Amino acid sequence: MASMNGAIIQVNNVKKSYYRASIEIPVLRNISLAVPDGEFLALMGPSGSGKTTLLNLVAGIDRPDAGEVNVGGINIAALGESELAQWRSRHVGFIFQFYNLLPVLTAYENVELPLLLTKLPKKEKKEHVEFAMNLVGLSDRKENRPSQLSGGQQQRVAIARAIVTDPTIIVADEPTGDLDKISAAEVMMLLNRLNTEFKKTIVMVTHDQRAAEKAHKVLHLDKGDLEPEVRS
Amino acid sequence: MSVFRMIFKNTLRHPLRNFLTMLGIAVAVSAFGLLRTVLTSWDAAIEVAAVDRLVTRDAVSFIFPMPLAYAEKIEKVKGIETLCFFNWFQGVYKDKQNFFPRMAVQPDRVFSVYPEYILSPTELEAFEKERKACVIGESIAQQFNLKLGDQMTIEGDIYPGNWDFIIRGIYKRRDEKVDGTQMFFHWDYLNERMNQVAPGRANQIGWIVAKLSPGANPAAVADEIDNQFKNSSTETKSETERSFNQSFFESYSAIFTAIRIVSVLIIGIILLVLGNTMIMSTRERTQEYAMLKTLGFSGQNLISFIAGESILLSFIGAMIGIVLLYLLVQVVSAVVPKQFFPVFFIAPSTYIITFSAAVALGFLAALQPVMTTLKTRIVDGLRFIG
Repeated sequence: MASMNGAIIQVNNVKKSYYRASIEIPVLRNISLAVPDGEFLALMGPSGSGKTTLLNLVAGIDRPDAGEVNVGGINIAALGESELAQWRSRHVGFIFQFYNLLPVLTAYENVELPLLLTKLPKKEKKEHVEFAMNLVGLSDRKENRPSQLSGGQQQRVAIARAIVTDPTIIVADEPTGDLDKISAAEVMMLLNRLNTEFKKTIVMVTHDQRAAEKAHKVLHLDKGDLEPEVRS
Repeated sequence: MSVFRMIFKNTLRHPLRNFLTMLGIAVAVSAFGLLRTVLTSWDAAIEVAAVDRLVTRDAVSFIFPMPLAYAEKIEKVKGIETLCFFNWFQGVYKDKQNFFPRMAVQPDRVFSVYPEYILSPTELEAFEKERKACVIGESIAQQFNLKLGDQMTIEGDIYPGNWDFIIRGIYKRRDEKVDGTQMFFHWDYLNERMNQVAPGRANQIGWIVAKLSPGANPAAVADEIDNQFKNSSTETKSETERSFNQSFFESYSAIFTAIRIVSVLIIGIILLVLGNTMIMSTRERTQEYAMLKTLGFSGQNLISFIAGESILLSFIGAMIGIVLLYLLVQVVSAVVPKQFFPVFFIAPSTYIITFSAAVALGFLAALQPVMTTLKTRIVDGLRFIG
């Protein structure tokens, strides 16, 4: 996908506020940010600092009050609802803190879910799902439902679901937040592999310092303002 | 995996709740269908009545007899092909509960006037020849396990005494709308006994059914008949059989209206039962639907999932309900006295209306959950704690 100034994600002067009982609560104050293609970026900050809100804007599941969010050269804030939904299905892979798998579907079917929106032939869909499940090391648990998997395994299924459409960017909201230390390390290794081996751009929100250490770059948000911290 | 498979899996998510919902729909559907069957069975009695048959009776009331001579005079009216006169006999066969219409008739005419009662030529001949012979409908024969040659004794009430009959014919119905519960016997047999025991009641007839010639104008013929007896001690009222039946059933119109209202309420119950289940289900899945939207599933996809599940529930419920309805109608038909429902069958329109209503309600029940799901912002949905 085309990038602007080498950045696949370009956030320009974005503002976002929430309203509680008609009182405006600013969450993001004039944020600007550029994420180069192939970057692994961690967003850190205390609760309420606006990091998830920024992630939601980049992923196209929320809209800014002001400013632009360009991903791959497209100002996604200007897209209509159905265009935005289509854009997300093609370009974004999501990883949630609580995995958000459908409990009635098997691991295989959960991974296959985003492919329902594509017109790929059945055979190709199968290849995509099997590749993703192999990549996360769960090809032997395809028929298991989420309730039959550990938290770490469920998150790996969620990662397989995030990559099955070969998205442009992967956004992860606290991917290790609900996991034990070992499972968290496995998940971070997997994300790292996706970034290094498959050159996926990853934007991750985390509270976990160890998780953030796997990222190339860590940005701190505090009260809606961005404080950069660059690590080599 | 297909969208349908996803709908199917969601439907199985809460087996007990969804089973109870489907059972609720099934019971409501069968109740709705049963009430409609009551209405259509009553209507069938009107529909089956011919428009080319005139019923002539005493102008004051159906219960007052007319002189036998009226039949001869009416037969001469232009536009009448043939006629048959009747006397309501009633009586008791073994037990008062065993009610079915019993009538004294002209044996050589009744089946010409009522071609919908089908009697074989041999049985008709046997019926005509023997004074004590009677013909019964197939439903009565089946209900009381009666066959040709069996003797029936009826205890008279309107016409006192014991009356013996021999079954010489069992008529078949042209179709299921036709009443199969009648009993016909010789009017002469009745009249002879009346001549002996109550001469004042002899040579009297209850009503006359006249079959019109092709092209005859029923209203004109009816007027001509009634004009003949105007200002006599026994004036007549003639009307087509259909309007005769209609005016008879009009006296029950309040009951029909009540049944119709209850039917509508049952539809409302289906909507509430299903709507409640769908609202609970979608509320529980708020996060899941938000996740699906996040992945790029459109509003149309979500409508398919939610409405599909609701329609599937109502579809299965309606199928079970229709099976229940069929069984119920068999039971009701067997136990309810025939005087209430001479014919009791599920009309094809009942199947269609019942089934379509249930499926349409499946869609309606999904409207509120669909609207809520579509309105919920992704970020709010993902944060939702049920």
